[in-house]
Amino acid sequence: MTSIIALIDEDQNRALSLRIHLFQIKGIQILLFKSKLPIMRCKFTFAAMAIAGTIFVYACGGSEPKSEDKTAASTEQPAQPEAQAEVHGTEVKAGDIKLDHPLNAEWVASGKGIYDMKCMACHKLTDERLVGPGWAGVTKRRQPEWIINMITNVDMMLEKDPEAQKLLEQCLVRMPNQNISQDDARHILEYMRQNDGEK
Amino acid sequence: MSRYLNRAFFSVGVLGIALGALQGCKPNTNTTAAATGDASKSFVAPGKYDEFYNVVSGGFNGQIGIYGIPSGRLFRIVPVFSQSAESGYGFSEETKPMLNTSHGFVPWDDLHHIALSQTKGEHDGRWAFANGNNTPRLARIDLNTFRTAEILEIPNSAGNHASPFITENSEYVVAATRFSVPLDDQNGDVPINTYKQNFKGSISFVAVDPGSGKMSIAFQIRTPGVNFDLSRAGKGKSNGWFFFSCYNSEQANTLLEVNASAKDKDFVLALNWKKAEEYVKAGKGKKQAVKYAHNVYSDANHSATSEMITEVLELDPADCPDMLYFIPCPKSPHGTDVDPTGEYIVASGKLAASIPVFSFDKIQKAIADKAFDGDYSGIPVIKYEAALKGEVQKPGLGPLHTEFDGKGNAYTSMFVSSEIVKWSLDNLQVLDRVPTYYSIGHLSIPGGPTAKPHGKYMIAYNKITKDRYLPTGPELTQSAQLYDISGEKMKLILDFPTTGEPHYAEAIPAALIKDKQVKIFKIEENAHPYAAKGEGQAKVERKGNEVHVWMTAIRSHLTPDNIEGVKLGDNVYFHVTNLEQDWDVPHGFAIKGANNAEILIMPGETQTLQWKADRVGIFPFYCTDFCSALHQEMQGYLRVSPTVSNTPLTFSTGTNKPAVTPTEGADKSSSK
Repeated sequence: MTSIIALIDEDQNRALSLRIHLFQIKGIQILLFKSKLPIMRCKFTFAAMAIAGTIFVYACGGSEPKSEDKTAASTEQPAQPEAQAEVHGTEVKAGDIKLDHPLNAEWVASGKGIYDMKCMACHKLTDERLVGPGWAGVTKRRQPEWIINMITNVDMMLEKDPEAQKLLEQCLVRMPNQNISQDDARHILEYMRQNDGEK
Repeated sequence: MSRYLNRAFFSVGVLGIALGALQGCKPNTNTTAAATGDASKSFVAPGKYDEFYNVVSGGFNGQIGIYGIPSGRLFRIVPVFSQSAESGYGFSEETKPMLNTSHGFVPWDDLHHIALSQTKGEHDGRWAFANGNNTPRLARIDLNTFRTAEILEIPNSAGNHASPFITENSEYVVAATRFSVPLDDQNGDVPINTYKQNFKGSISFVAVDPGSGKMSIAFQIRTPGVNFDLSRAGKGKSNGWFFFSCYNSEQANTLLEVNASAKDKDFVLALNWKKAEEYVKAGKGKKQAVKYAHNVYSDANHSATSEMITEVLELDPADCPDMLYFIPCPKSPHGTDVDPTGEYIVASGKLAASIPVFSFDKIQKAIADKAFDGDYSGIPVIKYEAALKGEVQKPGLGPLHTEFDGKGNAYTSMFVSSEIVKWSLDNLQVLDRVPTYYSIGHLSIPGGPTAKPHGKYMIAYNKITKDRYLPTGPELTQSAQLYDISGEKMKLILDFPTTGEPHYAEAIPAALIKDKQVKIFKIEENAHPYAAKGEGQAKVERKGNEVHVWMTAIRSHLTPDNIEGVKLGDNVYFHVTNLEQDWDVPHGFAIKGANNAEILIMPGETQTLQWKADRVGIFPFYCTDFCSALHQEMQGYLRVSPTVSNTPLTFSTGTNKPAVTPTEGADKSSSK
């Protein structure tokens, strides 16, 4: 993916504003940041953030999908953990996810636990948008593999998927990588299904 | 290098430079290849990595700088003995115990030397150790997090300068005192001029747990009152020995500049630590009542603990024969460096006109033959010639430190003549010399102090900067130079600025460290007692006049972000948990009027900022680390009411209360 970043100091007589425009022209993503930030430090910081973000997206987009988290949990010797790889799920394809009835109650409970810790800060269970969209109806709107990929493989989704890119335009905050394994993502999906009234 | 020495040499150095300029030497050197350099060799293309991490002491800023070699780029300042307003280290409730000592909270120190952990004489990339000179301490930095993991105070010490030097399998890190003083359990209220009777030296052997790296003082060795300066462990054939440089064998207690330079020779102390271990096992050690702090940071609960220890085991050389030997060494030796084979001990008499090179084999033979020249306070003094391989003649002025390239060459820094001299370990002939800019102190070759140096680069850490960079008023950045030493001639390839005052530094291949870096702390494993693992756990509770806020941070809001019911005089503790699990997404937290600093919270971590409600009003707080496009929206308000007010303690996020009209009560807060 190629990203072009333009940082524009918008010297207009408006309230403090920060706008991001995201265009895609022939596969080239253009992020246009318009800001009227009062001090130089902010501008520098913002520019640094923007550049870091680009490199990050580029690096992740170009690399092979990595295997699941290899970190060995060792509370005995926290000073010497194993190599901590960043978790980027492998892409889940249509048909990889099987949905059964009745719902798996264990998975629903596990999914709720992860939701409480890692998701609820941004996603409500209703249709209200907080940072990200509310979850009500998400399993009706999206294919299961789309949901799993969005949770575990968000860099790929924001690079490739037009629907994910639309969401970023609306929400303006990248869906974060919350270090969730594919199994855990499946549990979250089960919890979403329950939230959507499935039995 | 000691500050006193610094001052002494400063005038000499400046004079030297001034003379050089008068004679037209300096302008000429700027036109030579050595002075102009070959910058292309230090070029690291955008997005590419450096070959080496350079772990550089920060001297009087009490911190460590992490640089890339060959680019000279600064990656990180690791706070160790000094508070860091950037991260909140030493300001946050979790990290304050790290700076606890038997003297209470000591938020500054003078960090001089680095020792990287070794296995079989080679760097293993696990820990860096560093000394605190002023209030004697030893720190361990975890090279997976680049954070200070542990600080151990050293009792019976005053000026922990000859530290930290490490054995070839990291069994021990040593800490020898610069100032001899009355021991901690003695009455210290004695006339200063009773140095000879009352002042003692002390060398601590700090054991390093091979698994966790945790430090503990295994034993201390008492010595006659002298100043210990620097040290190195033996390696290979000399493993089991330590070599310390000592000055002030005159035992002067005033005007050391003159009085400690009276004798022609001071000493290198050869210490058989395997023998010391035997004496400890044999029960020769005595327990001494002392008091020192041991501080450990845990990545499990993201908090430090400080424990006060009250006992140390001491070995008296009078009870332990064959453990210590003095070797005469010309004129106040500074660096005492051991070559990669362990055979040669290079002692730099900083006021001498030659560099003596001692032979480990000859030292052993001298001991066996009892080739002694009497004793010094009961410790045998080996005959100079009996221990000596030879002297490097006329190497330059003011030799300080020596590093090795693993190809049979030694490189010695020359403070007074402001140069590095390359010489052959085999025949002790000078092979090459390059100028440094100006007045070099320490120097570093990647792997230079180990059995396996990577003899490609050499870095000079200079004491005087003068005209090397754009001037910034009276205070200048420190100057370092990078040289290519892969060929016969040393070639300058880069000038780069360093922070604080760099003393010793080590460099280590990036491959040993870079893939082991901790990227996030798993939120599931966060064992902090005030962690809010999920927004549902965010809350505010009052305990007397303490208010505890369990706060969460995620792009881009803080929860709770409206807090009311805090009263004037309350101590508010903001325990902020970063819910992110993505690398390089820290959040910051700051509140108006805080008397300490901000805190930076890494993904999955909890950190606490204490804040006093000193007046009635509305106080904004916000995230200080640009985290997302909506970072400027990541903020909140805290309301402080008078002590007698009945404003209930409430907190919320995400509710849009209708505007309160002036006729409505001000206390109609809605809680979450």
